[in-house]
Amino acid sequence: MKINTPISDETIASLKAGDRVYISGKIYTARDSAHQKMVKLIEENKPLPFDPNGQIVYYTGPTPAKENKPIGSCGPTSSYRMDPFAKDLMQAGLKIMIGKGDRSQSFITEMIKFKGIYLQAVGGIGALLAKTVKKSSVIAFPELGAEAIHELEVVDFPAIVTYDIFGGNLIIDEVKKYQKIDVDGIKHD
Amino acid sequence: MQMRKIEKQLIINTVKRLALDANMHIGESFLDKLRNALKLEKSNIGKHVLNQIIENDEIASNDFEPMCQDTGLVVVFLEVGYDVHFDFDLYDAVNEGVRQAYTEGGLRKSVTLHPITRGNSNDNTPAIIHLKLVEGNQIKITLAPKGGGSENMSLVKMLTPAEGIEGIKKLVLKSIFEAGGKPCPPLVVGIGIGGNLEKSALIAKEALMRDINDESSDPLLAKLEKEWLEEINLLGIGPMGFGGTTTALAVKINAFPCHIASLPVAINIQCHASRHQSALI
Repeated sequence: MKINTPISDETIASLKAGDRVYISGKIYTARDSAHQKMVKLIEENKPLPFDPNGQIVYYTGPTPAKENKPIGSCGPTSSYRMDPFAKDLMQAGLKIMIGKGDRSQSFITEMIKFKGIYLQAVGGIGALLAKTVKKSSVIAFPELGAEAIHELEVVDFPAIVTYDIFGGNLIIDEVKKYQKIDVDGIKHD
Repeated sequence: MQMRKIEKQLIINTVKRLALDANMHIGESFLDKLRNALKLEKSNIGKHVLNQIIENDEIASNDFEPMCQDTGLVVVFLEVGYDVHFDFDLYDAVNEGVRQAYTEGGLRKSVTLHPITRGNSNDNTPAIIHLKLVEGNQIKITLAPKGGGSENMSLVKMLTPAEGIEGIKKLVLKSIFEAGGKPCPPLVVGIGIGGNLEKSALIAKEALMRDINDESSDPLLAKLEKEWLEEINLLGIGPMGFGGTTTALAVKINAFPCHIASLPVAINIQCHASRHQSALI
């Protein structure tokens, strides 16, 4: 399914865990340090570097771009580290977060409350994902280097809906299908 | 053996080349391992993910782009012959090679100045350097850019001798299950058994430097490597934690004698960007 940013509430409601989406439009990068700084801006009632309403934050810190290329390798980083900051950003209007890996129950609860969704891009495929990025510019915190907030223009950026607004959880559902042993080494069917 | 003098520039150039090559080229034997996993994977999403990983690694190699944006904290193993002579600081030379690769080669700088106050060293130094003295008049350099996501899921645990093989296996299964997709499976699982606190961690890291297709020369460890790989792949985590039958591609166990009271176990997790290269100079 193809989606364009900014994302409407109707589009979000139509997305279910397991859906493969291809995103086009502007998205914003932020990881650990940029999140700390954005939450500080929110606490100080200052505007964020971009309007978060209906927007996507992509957890990544790209490698430097080579000459004539918009960006270097740019795969997702682990999302759980951003869990402590996500609530404040969703309260400010942020709807979609893209990263990798599972997240805390408290994040999932807040995400459903704010009718947001969590997508995963495949980790460790930064060279492939870079091909979907057509433009990239640093719009805030340049002092953070790779961790600065970049505005990316993407075409058909691939991601997989992982948690939806209805409580769907792709990770739990899929792992259950293939799990044939418990962590104590006891095999089951 | 005749004493041989090694020039600083040779170390710098070799380290630089290894750092760049390791970040761009995963290597054919690892790609074959991924292609084989794709044939065996049962989950549709798992297959989709493996396909993307293979395509990515081919793009990275052909375009000389880093396969992953996390171009790692550089780990370097130096095996220095007794009959090598050098009149410079070997650690400085290695770090200079890393600095040149990361500042000139389009790699991300992922090293802080200080673990608590953070900041960025801006050239990806210092590398973690392990030095070993060996016979001969050559230097073997093995370099691995190690990503943060998989290293964060690694651990050392001091078990009791009574916990034995079963205790180690449970620790391995539990840590891999709880890590889920975070360390970017399919994984290579490096396990260090024995030694003491730091030795177990070091041999676990060394286990990750082994050839992807080898097996331990110790028959017991070789048997455990095979059995535990099968059991890890029954956990259901799958490629990138999306569920499936390919959670790990290999288990590598290294062991060392230990104290009669102890059974140290280190688990060093390697993501699917299993990057390491060696050179003999």
